[in-house]
Amino acid sequence: MAYRIIETCVNCWACEPLCPSDAIYEARPHFLIDARKCTECEGDYADPQCASICPIEGAILNPLDEMANPPGSLTGIPPEKVEKVMAVIQAR
Amino acid sequence: MELKVLGQEPVQSEGGCSSSGCGGSSDQLSHLPESIRKKVQDHPCYSEEAHHHFARMHVAVAPACNIQCHYCNRKYDCANESRPGVVSELLTPDQAVKKVMAVAANIPQMTVLGIAGPGDPLANPERTFETFQQLTEKAPDIKLCVSTNGLSLPEQVDELCKHNIDHVTITINCVDPEIGARIYPWIFWNNRRIKGRKGARILIEQQQKGLEMLTERGILVKVNSVMIPGVNDEHLEEVSKVVKSKGAFLHNVMPLIAEAEHGTFYGVMGQRGPTHDELQQLQDKCAGDMNMMRHCRQCRADAVGMLGEDRGDEFTMDKVEDMHIDYEAAMEKRAEYQTAALASLEAQRNNTGESFVALSSISKAKKETRPVLMAVATSGGGVINQHFGHAREFLIYEASPTDVRFIGHRKVELYCAGGDTCGDGESVLQKTIRTLEGCEAVLCSKIGYEPWEQLEEAGIEPNGEHAMEPIEEAVAAVYAEMVEKGLPDQIEDRATVQIGA
Repeated sequence: MAYRIIETCVNCWACEPLCPSDAIYEARPHFLIDARKCTECEGDYADPQCASICPIEGAILNPLDEMANPPGSLTGIPPEKVEKVMAVIQAR
Repeated sequence: MELKVLGQEPVQSEGGCSSSGCGGSSDQLSHLPESIRKKVQDHPCYSEEAHHHFARMHVAVAPACNIQCHYCNRKYDCANESRPGVVSELLTPDQAVKKVMAVAANIPQMTVLGIAGPGDPLANPERTFETFQQLTEKAPDIKLCVSTNGLSLPEQVDELCKHNIDHVTITINCVDPEIGARIYPWIFWNNRRIKGRKGARILIEQQQKGLEMLTERGILVKVNSVMIPGVNDEHLEEVSKVVKSKGAFLHNVMPLIAEAEHGTFYGVMGQRGPTHDELQQLQDKCAGDMNMMRHCRQCRADAVGMLGEDRGDEFTMDKVEDMHIDYEAAMEKRAEYQTAALASLEAQRNNTGESFVALSSISKAKKETRPVLMAVATSGGGVINQHFGHAREFLIYEASPTDVRFIGHRKVELYCAGGDTCGDGESVLQKTIRTLEGCEAVLCSKIGYEPWEQLEEAGIEPNGEHAMEPIEEAVAAVYAEMVEKGLPDQIEDRATVQIGA
């Protein structure tokens, strides 16, 4: 089982040096986690390190393919508020 | 008649100075101790006048961040935005060094290299310090600075001291965790994401500790604070006191930039930025405790060139790779230019000293005569030398019976681009006039008929009579005329325009 980085990743490098298993590597269009190396940080840290520093909601999936940081959990912006504001901006 | 020449008295580093050479001249360095002034006199970010002679650049080598701020969006890749934390092209240290050498060879004004992001430079210590180390070897004539949120500062201080860095900027928005929790949703600390008040408390402790450690080691520390109305606006006076007591040499209170389009928490949630008036009032309150910085242009993390301009497009990596650079020769040229520029600045300083004679002519006015804000169009040199329609920003001065002081700057869109683009000039002009709200006169070298009329309608007196005159002298003269004519007790319309709106 492993964590996974998906396309919303902005390649900010924050997670890469933290991984205790060296499972994270630079790739294009975005960073990737080597599933064979990822240990979910078990035995090293209480929390998975990549998901604990990642600033982008939804960019990292847990082993159950759920967002480790769902919308609103990091920025504090309620998801419905984002939709509303986006609609207003697009209507301009 | 005996005129007292104010500027020639020795100036104390704090308090009690009402001359324009102290709190208010466009040269905010004059009230710093000589040792510090020497270090920062050719730093474009620290002096309104130096920025016309010297240039800076930021290299975006530091993408990672260890905290989240409510005014920042980490999806930072945007070519069209000009504000901190935004970049177009992330560089490796090798690329950054190449770019710095290319810029330094082509722009002799370049004196300062900063690493400011797009994340936190000290959360990317290897990339940041590798860049500094290479530059110390290859471009020893360039000053290095770094800015940080402060979270990893204490653990990096020793490493920082090994490099040729004499200025560090720490962004400190609060010293109270309750307030911090409304600015920082989380920090990453000891391998955990820590939210709310607890995270803010750790961040504040680290910032204060880092500030103390740096000043103990003789490194100059400037503190940046973002003014967020209703969140930390009243609190920043306290911040100013605290950071001063711990040795920061300059405090820079900047307005929050928040637009829904930026996708930041504050932008999306409709948090407003301060008005020009609110910002100025806060800066004035803090000025009692601290040397304040008034002319920060809030640059991008990859800005290149003179303050307020960005020549980054001329130095993208693909262009830099093709440039042939003879740095030895460039360094000589740079030294020549910089010596001449410093001499010219010094001459200008002495020249503005003379203007205090003219200032004393207005001291006959009643003490209770209220101060007046004026906008000035200038392209540098300390004189009024820009056409109203060509100004991209106006410097704001406050004239009072006792002095003329520089308050800040306000950016505007170019109203007149020449040729046939003037079709929608009117709306831009209206915007410019709104930006100048609170000002009662605008001083420029020339002004067209149309803006003249509209400015008058808006209660702002256009004035082109002082072209090529030193700014402070001209502002003092216009103020004297206003007082002579009889200044109404109240200005009719106070500024209500949000900065950047």
